[in-house]
Amino acid sequence: MSRYSVFSLVRNAFSYHQNWQRAWRSPDPKREYDVVIVGGGGHGLATAYYLATECGITNVAVIEKGWLGGGNTGRNTTIVRSNYLWDESAALYGHAMQLWQGLSQALNYNVMYSPRGLLHLAHSVHDMQEIQRRGNAIYLNGIDSEFLSPEQVREMVPFMSMEGRYPVLGALLQKRGGTARHDAVAWGYARAADAAGVDIIQNCEVTGFDIQDGTVTGVQTSRGRIGAKTVGVVTAGHSSVMAEMAGFRMPLESFPLQALVSEPVKPVVDCVIMSNGVHAYISQSDKGELVIGASSDAYNSYTQRGSYDIIEDTLQAICEMYPLFTRMRMLRQWGGIVDVTVDRSPIISKTPVRNLYFNCGWGTGGFKCTPGSGHVFAHSLANGDMHAIAAPFSMDRFNSGALVDEGAASAVAH
Amino acid sequence: MTQDNRLPAGGLIDRSRTLSFEFDGKTYTGHPGDTLASALMANGVTLLGRSFKYHRPRGLLAAGSEEPNALIQLERGAHTEPNTRATAIELYDGLNACSQNRWPSLKYDIGVVNSWLSRFFPAGFYYKTFMWPERLWMTYEHVIRRAAGLGVSPRLPDPDRYEHRHDQPELLVVGAGPAGLAAALSGARAGKRVVLVDENPQLGGSLLGSRDTIDGQSALDWVAGVRAELAEHPCVRVLTRTTLTGYFDYNYLIATEHVTAHLGPQASDDLPRQRLWKFRAKSVVLATGAIERPLVFADNDRPGILLASAVRTYQHRFGVLPGRRLVVFTNNDSAYSTAIDAASAGVAVTLVDCRDTAGDAAERGADAAGVTRMMGSAITGVSYRNGLQSVDVMALSADGTRVDGPVQKVPCDSACSSGGWNPAVHLHSQAKGKLRWLEDTHTYAPAACASTMPHSSVGACDGEFSLDQALNAGWAAGGATGPAPSAERVASIGALRPLWVVPCDHPVGEGPKKHFHEFQNDATAADLWLAQREGFESIEHTKRYTTTGMATDQGKTSNVNAIGILASSRGITVPEVGVTTFRPPYTPLTFGAIVGQNRRHLFHMVRKTPIHDWQADHGAVFEDVGDWKRARYYPKPGEDMDAAVRRECQAVREGVGLFDASTLGKIDLQGEDVAWLLDMLYTNAWGGLAVGKCRYGLMLNEHGMVFDDGVTTRVAENHYHMTTTTGGAARVLGWIEEWLQTEWPDKRVHATSVTEQWAVMALNGPRARAVLEALTEDDVSNDALPFMGFKEIQLAGVPARVFRISFTGEQAFEVNVPARYGRFVWEQMVAAGAAHDMVIYGTETMHVLRAEKGFIIVGQDSDGTMTPSDLDMDWIVSKKKADFLGKRSLTRSDTSRDGRKQLVGLLSEDPSLVLPEGAHVVSELRAAPPMPMIGHVTSSYFSPNVDGGRSIALAVIQGGFKRKGDWVDLPLIDGRRVRAKVVDPVFVDAAGERVKS
Ligand SMILES: Cc1cc2nc3c(=O)[nH]c(=O)nc-3n(C[C@H](O)[C@H](O)[C@H](O)COP(=O)(O)OP(=O)(O)OC[C@H]3O[C@@H](n4cnc5c(N)ncnc54)[C@H](O)[C@@H]3O)c2cc1C
Repeated sequence: MSRYSVFSLVRNAFSYHQNWQRAWRSPDPKREYDVVIVGGGGHGLATAYYLATECGITNVAVIEKGWLGGGNTGRNTTIVRSNYLWDESAALYGHAMQLWQGLSQALNYNVMYSPRGLLHLAHSVHDMQEIQRRGNAIYLNGIDSEFLSPEQVREMVPFMSMEGRYPVLGALLQKRGGTARHDAVAWGYARAADAAGVDIIQNCEVTGFDIQDGTVTGVQTSRGRIGAKTVGVVTAGHSSVMAEMAGFRMPLESFPLQALVSEPVKPVVDCVIMSNGVHAYISQSDKGELVIGASSDAYNSYTQRGSYDIIEDTLQAICEMYPLFTRMRMLRQWGGIVDVTVDRSPIISKTPVRNLYFNCGWGTGGFKCTPGSGHVFAHSLANGDMHAIAAPFSMDRFNSGALVDEGAASAVAH
Repeated sequence: MTQDNRLPAGGLIDRSRTLSFEFDGKTYTGHPGDTLASALMANGVTLLGRSFKYHRPRGLLAAGSEEPNALIQLERGAHTEPNTRATAIELYDGLNACSQNRWPSLKYDIGVVNSWLSRFFPAGFYYKTFMWPERLWMTYEHVIRRAAGLGVSPRLPDPDRYEHRHDQPELLVVGAGPAGLAAALSGARAGKRVVLVDENPQLGGSLLGSRDTIDGQSALDWVAGVRAELAEHPCVRVLTRTTLTGYFDYNYLIATEHVTAHLGPQASDDLPRQRLWKFRAKSVVLATGAIERPLVFADNDRPGILLASAVRTYQHRFGVLPGRRLVVFTNNDSAYSTAIDAASAGVAVTLVDCRDTAGDAAERGADAAGVTRMMGSAITGVSYRNGLQSVDVMALSADGTRVDGPVQKVPCDSACSSGGWNPAVHLHSQAKGKLRWLEDTHTYAPAACASTMPHSSVGACDGEFSLDQALNAGWAAGGATGPAPSAERVASIGALRPLWVVPCDHPVGEGPKKHFHEFQNDATAADLWLAQREGFESIEHTKRYTTTGMATDQGKTSNVNAIGILASSRGITVPEVGVTTFRPPYTPLTFGAIVGQNRRHLFHMVRKTPIHDWQADHGAVFEDVGDWKRARYYPKPGEDMDAAVRRECQAVREGVGLFDASTLGKIDLQGEDVAWLLDMLYTNAWGGLAVGKCRYGLMLNEHGMVFDDGVTTRVAENHYHMTTTTGGAARVLGWIEEWLQTEWPDKRVHATSVTEQWAVMALNGPRARAVLEALTEDDVSNDALPFMGFKEIQLAGVPARVFRISFTGEQAFEVNVPARYGRFVWEQMVAAGAAHDMVIYGTETMHVLRAEKGFIIVGQDSDGTMTPSDLDMDWIVSKKKADFLGKRSLTRSDTSRDGRKQLVGLLSEDPSLVLPEGAHVVSELRAAPPMPMIGHVTSSYFSPNVDGGRSIALAVIQGGFKRKGDWVDLPLIDGRRVRAKVVDPVFVDAAGERVKS
């Protein structure tokens, strides 16, 4: 892999950028791999990268039915944070947070992780109780968190309305929270994984699993059979479909989740602002677009489009927080299919089929954990045993009742 | 300034009136009917903005909503609006506009250094750098953020308002060009309820910028006739200045109408600025026309270089031309009309055609008009210095990849190009319609559409470029039987020569000249090739890597060119490259229009109890609980919340207090199977509940976790009154309905929300009965109405339901009267209570009193992870019932294990210290986090009634029941370390005597 740097940019400028290498190869699939990862989103690519660079397994393929990063990775609102309530989540998202730091350098690809600060607003006594509880838990888990008074909030976010229907009574701040560039995360992992020997195979859909005596031996694809000693499925909104192919049920529901951006303007929102009370969140991209999201559609679907009402509700909430944005314009609106578990926590797990593993259920909030998820999943696949941080997220918890219920205490979980 | 570029005559402007306006601080004039774009052109202003990345000077490209360059900051202060297309701003007197994205001025912009350094900033350069040292990224980013963005967001509240309207047309026609007008007219004659929308202020579409003849009359006369006829039909609605922006499932479409937005800040206050229409249409006809695409030649982005059709539109619609010496560069016949019309207006026109021959008619027309033609040639360079100076023209090789021969400099002050036409398929694509590639006109046109969104495309947006065909197709789509309007058949495009990138005197991408396909975001052909070289092969990857099509025009003029460039460089066909998805909206629409009237008090309705106004009059401080306003406490002069709550708490336990509990969720249940239903919903047994009796119950979700609680009373044989928590009312009703409708459709139960039908007043305290007795003749003694009893009585002359239930542990009566009597009865109670020193108390006191008794609040002391056993409420879980919701889960290994978090009381070591709610209990106190947490404080108050006044708290702690008597540590976030003793959560009247008194 030729390294990217200012110097390489300047050097290439003199040859009119004719000599840049491909970011990743486009190989034909081999007959067999040690590990096949199904799904070329951020989580799948990160898994492959850590397998090849940390676990010494380089005979790996990532199989993607479309273009890599084209699922939720390329559709999300890019919020990164680790201020979750339960210890198990704190360990997982905290692990990711550590990997975000230095990720651009490790991948030699600028993923633009920007810890610009993330605020959860509280609008009622009940909200205050919720952020106090969560803030204290986060603090005791050794993760940064601070309570802000309304005055401090006003100072940090000057143009937001503090009064009105939902006055701001306080906020929980995570300074290391912020955003990262979604495409860059997928491309950075893809390029580094490819450089470490991983085959990235796009436009190749997995249509079935070869299972012998309860053990997976390969996958059927639109480009033929590909053998595998171990298979990791990382297909987000399509995971229940994949589980069905493997003969078991995955406790997931798939919903459309929408987001939108405004036309770009000069900086006006510097941090990420989330409000469970008015039910919306907002940040501003480096390009200047306001990036806005909210809750998922209420019905199950695989169509990657949601209903217009959600957009209306979302913008009503945003304009309640920011009444001066009514003259701003919506530029683009889209949806992705999110895979939601009953406890709003992911599934990183062995399955009833030997050597077949699933990493899914990230629902509305998995982008932030891309490095952490890939890392613990890679180690689990390599060792044949779940990584300690991943262990609480096994499918078994739905039988035992040991849920990690992030939905029970707070509402939105992006 | 004078309007030098205004033609002496022509155009649909009103020359009798002159409007004055300001652009970048200078004053200019124009006429009604002008857009800001046409008025600036008339005044000879060509430099209108700076591009996003390289800050290159930019002028107009188009005349319509596809304009990528001329983005304006319209107006100042509260009325300001960033990124507004000058081509879409109708001129009004006093208009104030500013250019964007430049500093210190449009002419001298510091950002232009980016342009000098552009060689180092190819597509995606930011992924490759700004990485060292890591900590500096935030600094780099700060600079990048300030350089990015275009206009400036408003900083003041919007003075205008917006509204929504709904309509359900049988036929919705989008676009009022010839095809759309024919469709609407035909639909109207066929008796349909028709809605016709067009983004322009006038009907006519492309006819406004041309000189065609329809049905033997001038096209504009024909339009006027159609307009008049449509106005006669009572079932036809014509909406101009209305852009259809979104096409959603099942023919649900939205459009924004500019009601007063085009009038500027001085518009009337009576009308909304914009109106958002929501249509549910039986059928939809898309007649959205086609958008011309530019040729991608060297430095094609210079101010003064437009689209050929735009020049013609400016001439015919606005009576203005961009200059006196025009070069028209084309690969098809359509631009010939531009050349001919401009030449007829006295402009010196040179036509550069990359083909060796054009259509006969076109050639003849051009020659007759005195247009100089340079065939088989291409523009290879542009000299620009404060305006266009000249273009370089060279001969094009037969395969279109090279130019050679001598360079001919053609002096000019304006230029335009046509690279062909793209049907505006955006709405068709939004409706999940497929596209087909037309080999003759080299463009995408609509193919099959999804059955859930039935529509047809007619005219240019269907890839039919002749007027005659447009009229026919529109007419047929409308459904009328008579003959269609007709026009002369002309081949408008002729034989198009695809020339996706126009070569120049150095290899494209390897020299100073830039070939832009995407103007606003500064993406060039070389960027597309770089993306390909680096493996970003999928069109979606290319788009994201080069930002093609991601500007505010969403690629209206650039997408097909990008696809064509990729196809030709990869040696594959255009369809093989694939297309990106067009997403809503068609053009950006304001948040205000989307939000509509639902702002401020109409956003989420504030819910108020019937007693709200009395409370407000009597100094209550309110809190928000869900959508409700609830009185939190009633301070006397000089009291803060603590003092008021102490006084209220004491008075209730010692005498009597009155509390407004109207927000409690109330569900009326009737039917034969209610008792059965209650047995399923609640954990305890309901079989034996007699008429006139109340019972408390817990509801569990499927995981066996407590999700609501409340008292249900048997009012009559098959009639029950259920109460829920305030916040859980809607959820519980939804839960009941979900089960009844999906799993138990055979059960006979009617569940009705009656939360707002009853005003609820809770009298609590040892003298509660005395107050009640003062207002009723009925017997409310302990024998007649014992604890957990229910009775209907006359109270202050009003029928009332009285429940002997208590959330304080005191003697208590919950009086329900029809909501309309609420305030009256409340006032009667207040009067009757005076003799007993009755206190009026709020939610805060209610919380303290119930915590003193160890009563939980679902959602505060339990959070969706607590079972009844965790709350020490095993007694309420029936062991005998065969089933109830959540029962199965209670036996799961984790749910039934020991050592789960359990509800206990906490007494802080320092009795004056009220533990913060949300503070955590740790198993091991360390100097600094992380520390292992074993539970947290759920409720915490100062209680004046416990031990003569001290703090009390409820908490959930792992294995808490066994820890009673132990001391635990709570490290607080502010650094304090606090100790507390684990105790039983009942702090007052553990024997439970008082409630029965
Ligand atoms: C609108 C929206 C906003 C969001 N906002 C945030 C946010 O702000 N912060 C946050 O942390 N998270 C957010 N999320 C969630 C986040 O995007 C996801 O949790 C995360 O990106 C999931 O990554 P992934 O790699 O698991 O899935 P994906 O990126 O969806 O990758 C799965 C891949 O599997 C492929 N695939 C599926 N089936 C097959 C098959 N049969 N064969 C081969 N390949 C297959 C798909 O094509 C896809 O590329 C948001 C999601 C959406 C939709």
